[in-house]
Order: sequence, then C-alpha cells, then structure tokens
Amino acid sequence: MNVLVCISNVPDTTSKINFKEDNTVFETQGVQFIINPNDEFGLTRAVWLQQKVAAKVTVVTVGNASCEPILRKCLAIGADQAIRINAEPQDGFEVAAQLTALCQTNSYDLIIAGRESIDYNGGMVGGMLATNLNMPYVANCIQLDIEGAKLQLQREIDGGKESLQASLPIVIGAQKGLVEEKDLIIPNMRGIMQARQKPLEVIPPIETETATTVEIFEKPAEKGPVKLIDADDIDGLIDLLENEAKVF
Amino acid sequence: MAVVVYLESQDGQIKKAALEVASYARAIADAQGLNVIGVGFNIENPEQLNSFGIDKLHLINTQGDTFFDVARYGESVAEIVTKEKAKLCIVSASANGRYLGPILAAKINAAYLSNVVSLPTQYEPLQVKRSCFTNKAFNITQSHKEITVLSLSSNSFGLKEKPGTAEVIEGSYASATTSLKVNAVDKTSDKVTIADADIVVSGGRGLKGPEHWHLIEDLADVLGAATACSKPVSDMGWRPHSEHVGQTGKPVASNLYIAIGVSGAIQHLAGINSSKIKVVINSDPEAPFFKAADYGVVGDAFEVVPKLTEKLKARKV
Repeated sequence: MNVLVCISNVPDTTSKINFKEDNTVFETQGVQFIINPNDEFGLTRAVWLQQKVAAKVTVVTVGNASCEPILRKCLAIGADQAIRINAEPQDGFEVAAQLTALCQTNSYDLIIAGRESIDYNGGMVGGMLATNLNMPYVANCIQLDIEGAKLQLQREIDGGKESLQASLPIVIGAQKGLVEEKDLIIPNMRGIMQARQKPLEVIPPIETETATTVEIFEKPAEKGPVKLIDADDIDGLIDLLENEAKVF
Repeated sequence: MAVVVYLESQDGQIKKAALEVASYARAIADAQGLNVIGVGFNIENPEQLNSFGIDKLHLINTQGDTFFDVARYGESVAEIVTKEKAKLCIVSASANGRYLGPILAAKINAAYLSNVVSLPTQYEPLQVKRSCFTNKAFNITQSHKEITVLSLSSNSFGLKEKPGTAEVIEGSYASATTSLKVNAVDKTSDKVTIADADIVVSGGRGLKGPEHWHLIEDLADVLGAATACSKPVSDMGWRPHSEHVGQTGKPVASNLYIAIGVSGAIQHLAGINSSKIKVVINSDPEAPFFKAADYGVVGDAFEVVPKLTEKLKARKV
C-alpha cells in the first residue's frame, strides 16, 4: 500500500504575521516554519498505517529549497521517502495541479492532505486533487481505520460526525481528531539520524496555469482598548451588550 | 449570465447560511445586472426564497437519499453552472459548503476562493477580500479564471431581505460513481452548531473541570448560543474535539463571542478573531484575552457567570 502525505510549510502558530514590499509579500524573516498542523495529524496516521499494514509512506511538498527542513522532519517522524516538487505555487489550485501530475506518474492508494493550511487557509488542495484524479474525497477526516481493502472513516460535520465506508484509492483531508494531540510523534535522535539517509528527491514542476494571485495583504484594524466592567455590575455589562454593541 | 448559489438545507429547511449566501449573491447580481440562480436539494419551503431575491431555483429531489453525496451534489451544481453560463458560484462556509466548493471548482475548471469576507472589491477582473493566516490578516485576491467559486465566511455579509418571486424548476440529480457510502450520521440535533450560531459561549481551563460545564451550557441555553472550548480543554478530554475553536480547531465568526476562563493564546484568538463582539470573563487581569476583547469582566467565573445567566433569564421573561 502506497500512502502519499501532502505537506505544507507554514509559519509557526505563534508567529506574528507581517508583510513587506508595500504589503504585497509575507515577511518570512524571523518566522519559524513548521509542518502544517493538519498535515502532521495526517502524517501521524500514515506512520500508524506503515506499522499496521506495512504501508510505504511518501511525503511531498510543492515549494522551493527552504521547505526541505520540514521534509527532513517528516522523515524523522517516520516517512520513508520525500519528494519536493520544485515550484513556488501561487495558490492551492496550482499545488493541486502539481500533485495531480505526480499522482498520475506514481500510483498511490491513499493520499492524505491537510484540511487546510494555516497560512492561506485555502482548504482546496485535497478536494481538487481528488476530483482531478477521479477519486473520492473525505474532508475534515477525524477517523481512518483499515481492514483489508475496506476503510472506515469519519467526517466532522456541523454539530456532529458522519461515519463512512470506502475503498482504496481515496483522498482524505486530515485534521485534529484523526489522531490525538498526545499521539503526535516527536522525532528522537535515531529518527533524526535515519532521516539523513532517507531519499529526498527534487523533481521539476509541470507547466500550470495561474488561477488566482494575491494582490495585497491587509492587517486587521487595530482595535480599541477593552471596556472593563466591574464584576458586581452585571447589569452594566448587559446594558452595554444590548445598547452599545447591539448584540441582543 | 447569472450568479449561481448553492442553497444548503437540513431536513428540508433552508439553512441560515444559505440565506446569507443568497443575500450576498443578490447584491452582486444587482451591481452587475445578473440573475441569481439557486440550486437546492430536497427543500420543502422554497417560498422562503421569495424574500431573498432568488430569481430561479433548480430544486433537486434526491429520491429519499439523505446522504450528502458530495460527488453527485458537485456534479449537479456543475451542470447548472454550465447550463446557466454563470461566471460566479457561491457556497457557504459550512462543513458541507467547504467540502463541495473545491470539488465543484475542479469539475468546472474554476478558481476557488474561500473565507471571502465582503462583496468583490472589483469585478473585471474579479477581486475579493478574504481572510488568511487564520484571521491574523486579510488579502485581496484576483481570479484569473473565467469561472470562480467563492465560499463566503459566516456572518460576514448578514441576511438582507429582498422581495421577489423565485421560479421553481425541477433539477436533475446528476449521477456520479463513488466508493463512499455513509453508514450513519451522529448529530446532537437540538443544539445550535458553532457554524450557525449568532452567539458562542466558550469555556477554558479556568473552569477547572468538565463537571463545571453546566455554567457554560446554562448561559448558552438562555442566549440560544452554541458552546465551544479552548484547545487545552479538548486535549484533556473535558469536551469533544468538535467544540475546540482556534487555529487548529473550528473558526468562529459569530456576532457575539463570550470567553469564560480562556486565557487567550494567540492561536485561540486567531480562530475567533472574525467574531464581531468579544467578551471575556477571567479572574486574571493579565490574561491576553483582555487585549483582544471589546468588553471584559475581571472576576471569578463561578460567581459572575451564574449571575449573568440569571439576569439574562429574568430579562427574557
């Protein structure tokens, strides 16, 4: 069983977000990059499959050489091999197009993408990739179990969950809940040493068309100071919410 | 030419998010001199759409199949977008809307833009403002494709009534092959969901344990609000994952967000930043949430919250 986990290189969740060049470019200086958390939940489940059904786990990212440290981290976590498609994508549409080409060349049974990346929050790569490949897609996936060729899955929906059954091949959108936070793998020294020996292949991108481009970034308006209400003055709070904020 | 909207329904009833999407599409159509074409599945009350400026509704009957079969829904909407020669198709930011959007876009070779927060800033070529970096920033994005699918953030446009008459025509439920089969849907039915809620009441570690969650639930009940929690609370298993709001949890874009005993880590604040009014109740005056909130009460949640609930209850009757 071949598993492909699509990885996005994103700013750490605690990063302060700033822009440069007249707010047209994200300022990466001083920003720590991490494996997109949704992708990491997916990778962790893939490593579980590697142990359970001897799945071969490949990680892939579409990006320039600055993404290689997180691919090495994925290898240290347990992936067998890594691929970097050497492109600087404009949007998720282009990422999906690059990944589609890869999946048409190599054959994968299970493709895991994160629900969305925490930087551009496009939330489109998994669904587009699946559709391009004519495979089913399960978004917001919070459970994946395998018995032979049968998969049991759960999708988080508004106010609950949906239990599904499927067969391979399939694309899923991973998120928190697919594995527990405590089950995320922190690479140990052995893993880090082994990762250096594992293959990291750089492949050229295909020609793609541009679907969207970011013209300019904006930061949210600075908000005024908080209005403090005395803990004994709950009527005052209700009055402000009703007559000033007008939320009731 | 037309704007197509996917009108999500549940148990035959049109969802609020769908009416917001309809309102948004109407505003675009008015600015551009277009028709608004709705696509709905199993809707039992289509007359409601007369108040929201839908010109024509393709009403599709799935013949008793209640499963949200994304492949067939996507194919059905795609056929209508093509038939109506629409350049724009709009879906909501519900779980199903976000599921459908990219699949639909890929089927019709359209650009897809999610988390859209306002009307297009320009039409030729199309540019929209969307949130990114989990609400820590926005960007203006331009579409270069002939067709664009937009997913509108909840509560970003609001409901705007516009009387009219929606012509209802029967749509066909397109076929599609998929290996997916739904076995069960497990839903807390009578509760307001975070995605739909106008008001969200959220609890953090300050509540000291799951046995105190009635404080959150009682306040939510009196407000008709959804309940939510911080990441540590869901990680410790006090509350289900589905209630976790923040960067790796659910985004919240309610009109009112009340955070109780939530310190306000940057990841949490990012997730709830789109909410319009934020209230924090916390015993620690140094909690970072006070910097992000509109109104704050420094006080013991165990005293303040029951008092607030009682007073709101009294006010209602």
